[in-house]
Amino acid sequence: MERAMNALLKMQGISKHFTGVKALSDVTFTVEPGEIHALVGENGAGKSTLMKVLSGVYPHGSYEGAIVFDGEERRFGDITASEALGIIIIHQELALIPLMSIAENIFIANPPGRFGVIDRASVHRRTKELLAKVGLDESPDTLVTNIGVGKQQLVEIAKALSKKVRLLILDEPTASLSEKDSAALLDLLLEFKAQGIASILISHKLNEVSKVADRITVLRDGRTVDTLDCHQGAVEEDRIIAKMVDRDLEHRYPKREPRIGEPIFKVTDWSAFHPLHSDRQVIKNVDFEVRRGEIVGIAGLMGAGRTEFAMSVFGRSWGQKITGRAEMDGREVDLSTVRRAIDAGLAYVTEDRKHLGLLLAEDIRKNVTLANLPAIAPGRIIDDIKELRVASDYRGRMHIRCHSVFQETGKLSGGNQQKVVLSKWLFTDPKVLILDEPTRGIDVGAKYEIYCIINELAEAGKGVVMISSEMPELLGICDRICVMNEGAFVGEFPGAEATQEKIMRAIMRKGEQHPMEALA
Amino acid sequence: MSDAALKDKAHHAGFLKNNLREYGMLISLFAIMIFFEVVTNGTLMRPLNLTNLVLQNSYIVIMALGMLLVIVTGHIDLSVGSVAGFIGAVAAVLMVKYGVHYIPATLICLVLGGLIGAAQGYWVAYFRIPSFIVTLAGMLVFKGLALAILAGQSVGPFPPTFQKLSSGFIPELAPGVGGLYLTSLAVGTVLAMVLVWLNFRGRARQEAHHVATEPYGFFVAKNVLLFGIIVYFAYLIASHRGMPNVLVIMTALIALYAFITTRTTIGRQIYAVGGNEKAAKLSGIKTERLTFLTFVNMGVLAALAGLVFAARLNTATPKAGLGFELDVIAACFIGGASAYGGVGRVGGAVIGALIMGVMNNGMSILGIGIDYQQVIKGLVLLGAVCLDVYNQKRS
Repeated sequence: MERAMNALLKMQGISKHFTGVKALSDVTFTVEPGEIHALVGENGAGKSTLMKVLSGVYPHGSYEGAIVFDGEERRFGDITASEALGIIIIHQELALIPLMSIAENIFIANPPGRFGVIDRASVHRRTKELLAKVGLDESPDTLVTNIGVGKQQLVEIAKALSKKVRLLILDEPTASLSEKDSAALLDLLLEFKAQGIASILISHKLNEVSKVADRITVLRDGRTVDTLDCHQGAVEEDRIIAKMVDRDLEHRYPKREPRIGEPIFKVTDWSAFHPLHSDRQVIKNVDFEVRRGEIVGIAGLMGAGRTEFAMSVFGRSWGQKITGRAEMDGREVDLSTVRRAIDAGLAYVTEDRKHLGLLLAEDIRKNVTLANLPAIAPGRIIDDIKELRVASDYRGRMHIRCHSVFQETGKLSGGNQQKVVLSKWLFTDPKVLILDEPTRGIDVGAKYEIYCIINELAEAGKGVVMISSEMPELLGICDRICVMNEGAFVGEFPGAEATQEKIMRAIMRKGEQHPMEALA
Repeated sequence: MSDAALKDKAHHAGFLKNNLREYGMLISLFAIMIFFEVVTNGTLMRPLNLTNLVLQNSYIVIMALGMLLVIVTGHIDLSVGSVAGFIGAVAAVLMVKYGVHYIPATLICLVLGGLIGAAQGYWVAYFRIPSFIVTLAGMLVFKGLALAILAGQSVGPFPPTFQKLSSGFIPELAPGVGGLYLTSLAVGTVLAMVLVWLNFRGRARQEAHHVATEPYGFFVAKNVLLFGIIVYFAYLIASHRGMPNVLVIMTALIALYAFITTRTTIGRQIYAVGGNEKAAKLSGIKTERLTFLTFVNMGVLAALAGLVFAARLNTATPKAGLGFELDVIAACFIGGASAYGGVGRVGGAVIGALIMGVMNNGMSILGIGIDYQQVIKGLVLLGAVCLDVYNQKRS
C-alpha cells in the first residue's frame, strides 16, 4: 500500500469503448519512480490503447477512470499536455521526418532561439550532447533517411530526452532492430533507470522483457490479468505466456465436422521483394497449399510477412519482383493482376477494411457488388433492381444489421462493415478465400457470426486461408495452422495438436534458437 | 389524424430532410433566378435574354460534364480553358487559312482534344504526377501554342455552316403562329413527356419490387413541377427564335453523362476510384486506366467547347478560353462535388454552371462592374462549399 502512495503514475479503472467494441475495461496500472515496467499481451489486448489514453491521444472524457501522475489527477486534452509533464511516448512507427537532419528532427517542435529565429549553433551543440547521451555517433546534420532503423530509434529517444522526460513509453522499440541494436537499446533503458527516469516497455519479446523489467503487467482482452514482480524470484516465460493466452475456448467457436478434399490452391517457391527496397526479400521462397473444405490458419506476429504474402499472391498487390507458381484445381493460373486473380477464383478480404476494403461514403449495395459488377450489369448497364436484390440477399444471409441497404458503410459498426466486405467477396463466387484478420476490432458476438460464416464456406467446399494474430481463434476454427516468421513458414501443426504455447514459443523464441527445435 | 396518416407525414418530412442536400442546389438556383428576375424588372426571363443565357453558358456546361468526372476521380484539370482556346485556334487555321471542310476539321479538332487529354492523363494516371502540376503545365503549353499558331492575331470569319454550331437554331417544320416557333415548343414538350414517362416507369418498377423510398405524393409533385418548368422554358425559347442547336447538343450530352455516371459499370467504377482508390484496385478495378480515360474525355469535351466558343465569336482569338477553367471548376464545386473525390453529380455540376451563368448575366444587366462581379462570384463559391461541408458534418 505504501508503494502505491508514492507511485509516479497510477491509472485506475480505465475503460475505453470504440463503436460497439470494448477495448479496455477497468484496467489498473501503476508505475513506480525509476522503474522499468513491461506491458505484455497478445495483439489487440489493449496495450497501445492504454498508452494512448495515458498520453492524451484519446483525450479526457473519451474514456472512464482516472489518471494520477505525480500525486495529482490529470486530465490530458491532447498529447502536448502529457508531454509538458514529461510523459513521452515513442510509437512503433517512428514519427521522424526522413528528409530532415537529426538535429532538425530533435528540435522540430520547439527549437531554441529568439523571436522565431532558430539558434543553429545552439541546436547543433545540444544535439551533440543528446546524441552522446544515447550513444549515437552521428553528425547532427546527417539526414534521418540515411541512417538505419536502429539509429533512428535512438534519435527518437534523444528527441524524448530533449524534453524534460519523467516517464518514457516505448511501443515495441525492438520489433525491427537487430540483436545488437536491441541490446544497446535495453542497456540505455537501464541507464535511464539509474538516472531516475521511469519507462514503460511494450514488447512481444519476452526474453528481453524478463531481462530488464522490474515488473510485468499482463493485459488480455482489455483487462489487467496480473502484475508480476521480477524481484521476487525469476519470472518464467511460460508463466507469462500462460497468462497472456486465454484457455477457455469451449464456447467461443462454433463446432464443425471438417470434410477435407483434394488440394484446391497451391503456390510453390513464392518470393516477393519490398516495394521500395528492391534488395530486401520479404517473402522467401514459400510453399503453401489449401485443400477443398479446409480452413488453414497462418499465425505470426505483425511484420512476419503474412499480409505481404497474401497480397503478393492476390494480383501482385504488394511488393515487386514477385516470382513463383500458383495452381488452382491443379492447373497453373495467372495471378498477375487483381482482375485475373478474381477470375481465377481467389478472393482476399483485407485486414484494413476502412482503407483497403470499403467505399465508406457509399452505401452497402454499391460495396457488395463492386468486385463483380458484370453480374448485375448485362451489357455494362446496371440493373438496379437486380443489384438491390443481390444486396438485400446478402444483408439477410450475413445478418448485416442496418436500416436499409442504402445505408452508408462508414456508419456501420466494425462487425457489420466486415460482413459487407465478406459479402462483396462472396458475390465473386470464389473457390479460395484469404481472410486477413477477419475479426480485428469487432466485438465478441459479431466474431462468433464471422466464425459461423467461415465454417459455412468450408462446408460449401471452398478453401479458406485465415491470417490472424489472435491465436485462440486460429486454434478454435482451423484444421491446420502454419506459423510464419520473417517471410518464411517456420512451423506447421494439425489443428488438433496445436496449442497456444507451442505456437507462441515457435514465434517468440525464433531469435534464440532454431524454430524447428522449439516446436519439437 | 389516423396513425397511418401521422406516420405518412413524418415519412414525408424525414424524406425531405434527408434529401435536402440533393434539392438544395436546385432551390438555390430558383431563388437566384427569382431574385434577378425581380431586381431586373423581368429582363432575366425575357426570351431573348434566356436564349443568350444558354448560348453564353453552353461551353461552360459542356466542360463541366468532363470536369465532374475528373474531380470525382480525385483530380483536377486546370488546362481546359487553354485547350479550348487552342482547339478554337486550330479550327480557325484549318477552316479559314487552309479551307478544310467543316466536318473533317471538326473531327480533327475533337480527336486532337482527345490526344491532348491522353497526353496529360498518361502522366497523371501511370506516372502518378499530381494532376494539378501536369495540367498547370498543360495550361501554359496550350495557351502558348494558341498564340503561336494564330501568330498573335485573330483569325476568322468561319464558314457560315460552322457558325450554325453556336448561332444556329433547329429548323422549323411548321409555320410559326403568333411569333411562336412551334417545332421548338413541340420538341421541349416531347422531352418533358419522355422524362416524366421514364420517371413513372422507374417508379412502377420500384413498386413492383417494393423498393420505392420516395413518398408517392412527393414523387407526383416533383414530376408535375418538372413537366411545368420544361414546357414553360420551351415556350419562352420558342417565342424568341426557337431552339438553339447548341442547346440540343448540350441537352443530349447532359442526358448521356447522367446516364453514364448513374447507370453504367464504368460510371460506378469512376466513383469507386475517387471514393477509395486502394479498395477499388483490390476489387479488380483498373484504376489507372479509368483515370486516364477521364482525362481523354475531358480533352474531347474541352475541344468541343472550344469549337462552340469559336463558332459563337465567329473568330479565334489568342485570348479565347482565358479563365474558363475557373468557371468550370467552380461550377462543379458549387454543384456539390467533393474536392477529395468520389462525390458529385452531373445534375449538380449543370446547376452549378447555371448558377454561375445566371449570376453573370443578372449582374451584367444590373450594370455591376466586372470587378465586383468577380468578388460576388468568389464569395458564392466559398459560401456554397462551406454550406455543403457544414451539412455533411452535421449529418
